[in-house]
Amino acid sequence: MKYVDEFNDRNLCLSLVKKIDSLLGGSEVSIMEVCGTHTMAIFRGGLRSLLPPPIRLLSGPGCPVCVTPTSYLDKAVALSEKEKVIIATFGDMMRVPGSNSSLEKQKAAGKEIRVVYSPLEALNIAENNPDKKVVFLAVGFETTSPTIAVTAIEARKRGILNFYLLSGHKRVPPALESLVRDGDLKVDGFILPGHVSTIIGVKPYLFLAEYGLPSVICGFEPLDILQGICMILRQIKEERAEVEVQYSRVVKNEGNAEAMALLHDIFIETDSEWRGLGPIAGSGYNLRKEYGDLDANQVFSLMDTASVETDGCICGQILKGLKIPNQCPHFGKSCIPSSPVGACMVSSEGTCAAYYKYG
Amino acid sequence: MPPITSMDKNILLAHGTGGRMSHKLIDEVFLRVFDNPILLEKDDGAIVEIGGEKLAFTTDSYVVKPIFFPGGDIGKLSVWGTVNDLAVMGAEPFYISCGLIIEEGLELEILERIISSMAEAARIANVLVVTGDTKVVERGGADRIYINTSGVGMLKKNLPLNGIEPTDKIILSGSIGEHEVSVLLARDELPFHSDIVSDLAPLNLLVSEILNVDGIKFIRDPTRGGLATTLNEIAEGRNIGIIVEEEKIKISEEVKAVCELLGLDPFCLANEGKMVVVVKSDCADEVVRRMRKNPLGRESEIIGEVVGELNGRVCLKTRVGGTRILDMLTGYQLPRIC
Repeated sequence: MKYVDEFNDRNLCLSLVKKIDSLLGGSEVSIMEVCGTHTMAIFRGGLRSLLPPPIRLLSGPGCPVCVTPTSYLDKAVALSEKEKVIIATFGDMMRVPGSNSSLEKQKAAGKEIRVVYSPLEALNIAENNPDKKVVFLAVGFETTSPTIAVTAIEARKRGILNFYLLSGHKRVPPALESLVRDGDLKVDGFILPGHVSTIIGVKPYLFLAEYGLPSVICGFEPLDILQGICMILRQIKEERAEVEVQYSRVVKNEGNAEAMALLHDIFIETDSEWRGLGPIAGSGYNLRKEYGDLDANQVFSLMDTASVETDGCICGQILKGLKIPNQCPHFGKSCIPSSPVGACMVSSEGTCAAYYKYG
Repeated sequence: MPPITSMDKNILLAHGTGGRMSHKLIDEVFLRVFDNPILLEKDDGAIVEIGGEKLAFTTDSYVVKPIFFPGGDIGKLSVWGTVNDLAVMGAEPFYISCGLIIEEGLELEILERIISSMAEAARIANVLVVTGDTKVVERGGADRIYINTSGVGMLKKNLPLNGIEPTDKIILSGSIGEHEVSVLLARDELPFHSDIVSDLAPLNLLVSEILNVDGIKFIRDPTRGGLATTLNEIAEGRNIGIIVEEEKIKISEEVKAVCELLGLDPFCLANEGKMVVVVKSDCADEVVRRMRKNPLGRESEIIGEVVGELNGRVCLKTRVGGTRILDMLTGYQLPRIC
């Protein structure tokens, strides 16, 4: 952890803040951090209080739990009602509200819902409960998807036939492109996700340059983020729009070829619905036909239902960076972390949860 | 009884974590029904007066899983946990009760180990287990063994929340998070291991070092919900503000690493051998000096102070020099996925 401590050095941080101030020269700049882990890190470090006021940081659609639509949750809830089904899920999903229930409430009502820390753990549950059907809620960005791909392969290898995936994978670049193309978005640059980029590399973001938007792939410690902001401001000042890598100690330009090959072997790109943003072409992953026997949608003949959002919930506009949580009528009143209305309040990495917790 | 409209239909795990949802449950169900002035104090225990003597009285149930973990077991925890509740109220603990709910099939050898451990814990903390009860429920009716202990002690010094004032200092007796992380890892559900040992300890041995210092205002042990919850309870209860410095709050490298990996907030992790002391500013150094002389308080540190502003909120000065709100635990901590 010593390695991490060095990225929290107070004096270095303060000197970067000074540099940011001088690069700004008084003009207002809006920067979107796409990834929920960045949102959290910014709040945890109290960076907003350090940055000069003309910098506006907006949180983007980068929390996979937050962007999972109600219809997906409804399927998971419906599955949990079935006989001899165990739902295995990452913890964040427990409180995400579906139309009528959440997994947390299903568990309290006696349904078998297990929180796991990795998809392989879910596979082990299947192996240890041969008379049950174990459905893993396969939610996540490109960071998480390769581990789920490995689990699919492992299920085959170990001959485990009672393990299924409910695929809700999301791909970051198509969502980002849809946001940028939307035209509503008012940002001057992007802090791009660090972990996702470890897998996909730099290339999928190059379209941002065509829109004249400077962007930097950033690490997650305070110094990383401040340096990333400096790099964006410098691009703006020099009238450049490139994809730069601040997080070079981890992210390679070409990404992780092995992980990408795995994704390609198991999944096929598909259109996918994002909570608050709606359907986005090519923004999801589904299991390939060859892995249809693992696909919970097929095996349990699940029907797609329409997602119903709560009246007045502005998660969609928050995920697009158009509004901030304080502008929502539900925020802090009917929508709090222990009983969230909208998705952004659910995961600790959701924008509303971060605003609520760290104000 | 009027319906409790704002509650969920069922009790959720999150209602039992000591954070905001537990508070809501207590306020909306227990306080409303058992309406009396002693309970309304909302303290960890009650101060009762019998025949002119002020006694501290508390109860707690222990359901820790697994029942053995690095640094302790459910038996030791059930004695010291209750001893600690009494100690931080400013009382000297004397007598403990022991109520057991045992699942049919529990190995006798396991029960003996737990009871021996309780006896050892009582001896170290200088209390007597003087009464008890045993119930056995059918298999599946409980998870191996649950223990309830109650404790009574003699109140040595009343430490009411309303004694706290701006400029008072906040002292923390050592590093945070070890208990919860050690228990979490002892469940063997995670694919990694560590050497983290629970900080479980009898705090009456540390409280007794400082209780006769005049400026001691308030003591609390940050158990469930962690340091963040305890500080918020103080700030909200007294409607004052608290500012603490991240740099002064010790977190071991191992605990930090586990928190990073699992997305846990160390400020919300449970401790079983740590205490927060609010003390008059000019006595703070003396209290720290005394606490550090005791092995249980060797890493004591002034972590912050009470301020007149902030209206019931806690503010953290971050290591990099920023500031942010430190909120109490809401629900339970959910491991993150990215």
